[in-house]
Amino acid sequence: MPFKKRPDGRSFEELRKVEAKVGVIKNAKGSAWFKIGDTEAYAAVYGPRNLFPKFMQNPKKGILRAHYNMLPFSGSGDRIRPGGNRRAKEISFVTQKALEPVLDLTKFPNAVVDVFIELPQTDAGSRCAGITAAAMALADAGIVMKDLISSVAVGRVEDKVLADLCYDEEAYEDGPVADIPLAMLPSTEEITLLQMDGEIDKDMLLKSLEVGKKAMHEIHKVQVQALKEKFGVGKNE
Amino acid sequence: MSNDLRTHIIETLEKGARLDGRKADEYRNVEVTYSVTKNAEGSAKVVIGDTEVIVGVKLAIETPYPDTPDNGNLMVNAELLPLSSPNFDPGPPSIQAIEIARVVDRGIRESKAIDTKKLCIKKAEKVWSVMIDIISINDDGNLFDAASLATIAALKDTKFPKVSKDHEIDYKTKTKDSLPLSKEPIEVTVWKVGDHLIVDPTPDEEKGSDGRLTTASLSDKELCAMQKGGDFPLTSDEIGKMVDLATKKAQDLRSKLS
Repeated sequence: MPFKKRPDGRSFEELRKVEAKVGVIKNAKGSAWFKIGDTEAYAAVYGPRNLFPKFMQNPKKGILRAHYNMLPFSGSGDRIRPGGNRRAKEISFVTQKALEPVLDLTKFPNAVVDVFIELPQTDAGSRCAGITAAAMALADAGIVMKDLISSVAVGRVEDKVLADLCYDEEAYEDGPVADIPLAMLPSTEEITLLQMDGEIDKDMLLKSLEVGKKAMHEIHKVQVQALKEKFGVGKNE
Repeated sequence: MSNDLRTHIIETLEKGARLDGRKADEYRNVEVTYSVTKNAEGSAKVVIGDTEVIVGVKLAIETPYPDTPDNGNLMVNAELLPLSSPNFDPGPPSIQAIEIARVVDRGIRESKAIDTKKLCIKKAEKVWSVMIDIISINDDGNLFDAASLATIAALKDTKFPKVSKDHEIDYKTKTKDSLPLSKEPIEVTVWKVGDHLIVDPTPDEEKGSDGRLTTASLSDKELCAMQKGGDFPLTSDEIGKMVDLATKKAQDLRSKLS
């Protein structure tokens, strides 16, 4: 059966319902909550603070450490055993790389900025939700940034290019599927996260990038709005 | 903890107040929210002041332990997330997290709040496992009581998933069947600061305290688990007063569970 309609009734380039809030964790220097469909992420920033072990320190600038973690009860199937795994390590690493290009940590040599991403509920797109939340949390923490980072997954199911795949679309079995998590600097549309698994050709990949950019601009608007709400910007305009 | 802050806490208590204006036996605002995450079979969030804890319950069909072949399995785990406080580090559970999980576990297990015999599907082969995960979102003191209250709320919220004839679970379909939960053991931790007893401490009050006693109770006459903590000993007289206060406050917390 050809893929003509999305299981949740969205149009092909439409995002799931998106909600964001900044400043949700009082202990953190900066924090944010982001929900896209049934995928929900918290991010909290601690630091710049002392970095140990000492050999990890960079005397030229502070370093960013991202920690991605799915909570034990967040998956749709069995309980996830806590304590990290290879997948979480890799996602933490690419999350770090997705965020670093906008950060200026030259004022904090030898220090570390930790961003902790926790997911209480997931339905695909969790690394992108985490990156989107983390960017807002970093901004909330007052870390010097030249832009936000906005992130979403795009992909193809058969001949259709979709924005923001849900789990049932990722797991589609009756034809070729590709899942492409993306992150970008909204001001320049430069891509800071690109992963792909599935089957796709170059033309469809480039088309997916265009669909992704449009979707990420929408995510960006929500991020900016949430930050403005926290800081009371634009209230009297 | 500087001696000055501890002295200040005690001097203020002597005047009948606490640093944030509360009375010694007064909780901050307590809020319970049910069903906060949909992939868990049950969940709840408890907010006490600025302290926030989420508990998720997952159910699975597993083999029973050999010494209890006709009882379901119960497991409680706590993660003090580094996201929730600058004092928590990534890595395996700290002793602080383990203590919280074990004291919550004992409150439920020893009160027989869950009839684990009803979780048996086929003796010695298949039983339900109830896996409780406590996680901190923000630590502003009193994680013990928040964890315990959120756990009972999440257990009340739990619905069995649909199961096929050959015992395969369909996690996407929840039934209307609740856990065989017949009691609500509620923990209250009473903290001793100088000669004063307080409940629901802030982190400063926790650091300035001499000792604590957690009491899980079903009513003022039924205690089901206890744990003493802190660096200093307690007298029988103090323990009696702490238990009285704990069971009284447990009634207030239980009323939040409706």
